[in-house]
Amino acid sequence: MTVATERSHFPGRLRRIFSTDHQVIGLQYFFLALAAGLIGMLLSLLMRIHIVWPDAHFPLIGALKPESYLGVMTIHATMMVFFVLSTVPQNGFGNILLPAQIGARAMAFPRINAAGFWLTCLSFLIMTASLFATGGAPSAGWTQYPPLSAIKDPGAGQGVGVDLWLISIGIFCLASTMGALNPIVTTLRARAEGMHLMRMPLTVWSWLVTAFMSLLAFSVLLAAAVLLFCDRNYGSSFFVPGLVMVNGHLLQHSGGSPLLWQHLFWFFGHPEVYLAILPGMGLTSHLLSTFSRRPVFGYAGMVYSTLAIGALGFVVWGHHMFVSGMNPFAGLAFSALTLVIAVPSSVKTFNWLATLWRGRILFTTPMLFSIGFVSLFITGGLTGPMLAQPQLDVYLHDTYFVVAHFHMIMGMAAVFGIFAATYFWFPKMFGKMMNEPLGKAHFWMSFLGAYATFVPMHFLGLAGHPRRYSQIAGSAQYLQPLLPLQRFITYAAIVLMAGQLLFLINLFWSIFYGCRSPQNPWKATTLEWEEFADDEKIIVHRGPYEFSPGEKDFLTQSEPEGERAGI
Amino acid sequence: MPKPIIHDVTPVEAPQIQAGGRGPTPPQAPGGPDRDDWDRWPQGSRGPREKLRRYRLLVAAILVAIFFFFIAITSAYVIRQNTTVLDTRTNEMVNNWRPIHLPPVLWINTILLLVSSLTIELARRQMFREPQATQEWLGMGSPTRSRSLPWLGITLILGLGFLAGQVIAWRELNAQGVYLAANPSGAFFFILTGAHALHLIGGVCALLWAATVSVRRTRLEQRQIVVDVSAWYWHGMGALWAYIFAVLYWVR
Repeated sequence: MTVATERSHFPGRLRRIFSTDHQVIGLQYFFLALAAGLIGMLLSLLMRIHIVWPDAHFPLIGALKPESYLGVMTIHATMMVFFVLSTVPQNGFGNILLPAQIGARAMAFPRINAAGFWLTCLSFLIMTASLFATGGAPSAGWTQYPPLSAIKDPGAGQGVGVDLWLISIGIFCLASTMGALNPIVTTLRARAEGMHLMRMPLTVWSWLVTAFMSLLAFSVLLAAAVLLFCDRNYGSSFFVPGLVMVNGHLLQHSGGSPLLWQHLFWFFGHPEVYLAILPGMGLTSHLLSTFSRRPVFGYAGMVYSTLAIGALGFVVWGHHMFVSGMNPFAGLAFSALTLVIAVPSSVKTFNWLATLWRGRILFTTPMLFSIGFVSLFITGGLTGPMLAQPQLDVYLHDTYFVVAHFHMIMGMAAVFGIFAATYFWFPKMFGKMMNEPLGKAHFWMSFLGAYATFVPMHFLGLAGHPRRYSQIAGSAQYLQPLLPLQRFITYAAIVLMAGQLLFLINLFWSIFYGCRSPQNPWKATTLEWEEFADDEKIIVHRGPYEFSPGEKDFLTQSEPEGERAGI
Repeated sequence: MPKPIIHDVTPVEAPQIQAGGRGPTPPQAPGGPDRDDWDRWPQGSRGPREKLRRYRLLVAAILVAIFFFFIAITSAYVIRQNTTVLDTRTNEMVNNWRPIHLPPVLWINTILLLVSSLTIELARRQMFREPQATQEWLGMGSPTRSRSLPWLGITLILGLGFLAGQVIAWRELNAQGVYLAANPSGAFFFILTGAHALHLIGGVCALLWAATVSVRRTRLEQRQIVVDVSAWYWHGMGALWAYIFAVLYWVR
């Protein structure tokens, strides 16, 4: 057997766990993200209950103290942003599908691939441990703004927990960089014959661009994390200004700048947002086309807008810092650049709608989730240009309006992308089909739950409700009238979470008892649905979205017949 | 279920009109999976250059990531150097950045590293010289090894010399009272040079690996890849040092 997928670099039984097979690694990422997602979801449940019933006692934890609330919030965000949104859309589905979709049979460097996953796993374990660190879980938020995060022990949740957080994120950065190498080299150097760049499925395009973004963004975060770690443990003063009094005594640090951290962090942080959503955009384009049985409208436009979003993502970080005391002229530049991103995003949105227009739409579960993605992307995206204007942001900054915005677009839309991909490629992952009625119930609970949870948060924000407050009952007077709305959000969130239980049941039930899937259950055109013998040469004859070409329903990419000029 | 290999030329069949069908098998060259028929080989080893090009792209991507790590720190360095902070004793904005007197040994280190880039390039080119490679491919000794190993050794010595020189520079600065925990200028200096030294130690490991692979009886193609990849990484580290040194020299 000469095919690299069958090769393993580990002896004996370890081979099954420490596999270098890209599909196994993809599934490992999938289940790791599932675990992280469950932890993140349970933590958000704790927060939602605590906000509206501050005296509620939880099993094992008791009542949540304000500092524990902040710790829970930090770990919720970190789990979701790093271990769900940065892993499964890119490395999970990328590993499962990318080699097959370009006819490569295997990733170019299987051992680097496996090392990337196991470092991610280690990082996940350290992050989970930081929740139980002595002195409390890290509580400076997932952005870890100094000087609070840079000083040891100014209060609860600033001790070992933050060190563990930084170590975990440092390892995660290394792992993500390693994970980004394979999609780049495999896509650029190992495509099958005839798979020109402009014949690649849009999923592959988005994985390629995302991999380049991870390569650049995570290096910068690693640098920032190293500097912050030195500040905390080796007495350097990168981020701690001089003459800071903490708990009555003067710190030895002098001359650092907390703003530097914000620049470095958001130079990573904003591309991070796009590297969470770009794979979702790619697979939404893919699925909308497959289930409306129409070619993607404006394939080239989709490719160029993906590239544009990837490039613009690196020059807009300052819009997170309008109220930080940054030069107002810089704020103006960042604001203008941010508004420019609306252009490629709109290109995508209108192309999606045009793909659906007059299609023969099949409302399967993956299609519903893809349409849900478009819906949430529009809803969440429209508040982006509002927040991108400094004069509006001064009011809305650090309110629930921001929370609503990023949960809609980065949280819910990206997660809908993950669900769509899971339902769609489940046959590739486990050889079974997922249960459709259960899937549809899951969709409707998630869709309605998402809107019911996050739309009211916009109104909280407009009313001036600050984020990260552990409780509002008995605090500021002006927040009291908002309590009923908060209560409604909690109920909606519980419905949303209950919907995810349906997904879990469906997932595990289908893995074991689902009905066997046919080879190409969705009548899709791309290479991953075809079987090639090990020594068979894969030749690609046409672009990826040949639906309804004349009399036939679809033409797969490797089908030699019916070749037309210009395809 | 692997398909049987077809040994003779089959005429192309008429196209099958059936949705989802795979269509006819493309005709294959007579003689079956011949060693010379690169198309029949698994991806990644079709032709002598395919694997090499993949490894080169890998190193390029790794170097891009490493450069961004340092660009992040140097841009923070430049911004911090120009920042004023509030002095609460006088209530004035002051710039408390204390410039570093760079130890002169850094110039020697720079020259060492730049020369080592030349020597590793010589080692790399020896691996690809056509007469020697052909001779080796024909099984007549291993001239590429004897020609490239000395250059690898010299590079290794120069690299270790650079690291030793960096340690001397750190000691000198410590004697001047510049520490990681003192003024930000010193903190940045130690972070930049320390992180570069760590990356260079990675390069030293790569050189040792290349030397080991060269000494052991491995295939020429594999030795070429290892030496080539280590050489490009080493060049990257040299360029990185030139960049860091330029920033440290001009932005003090």
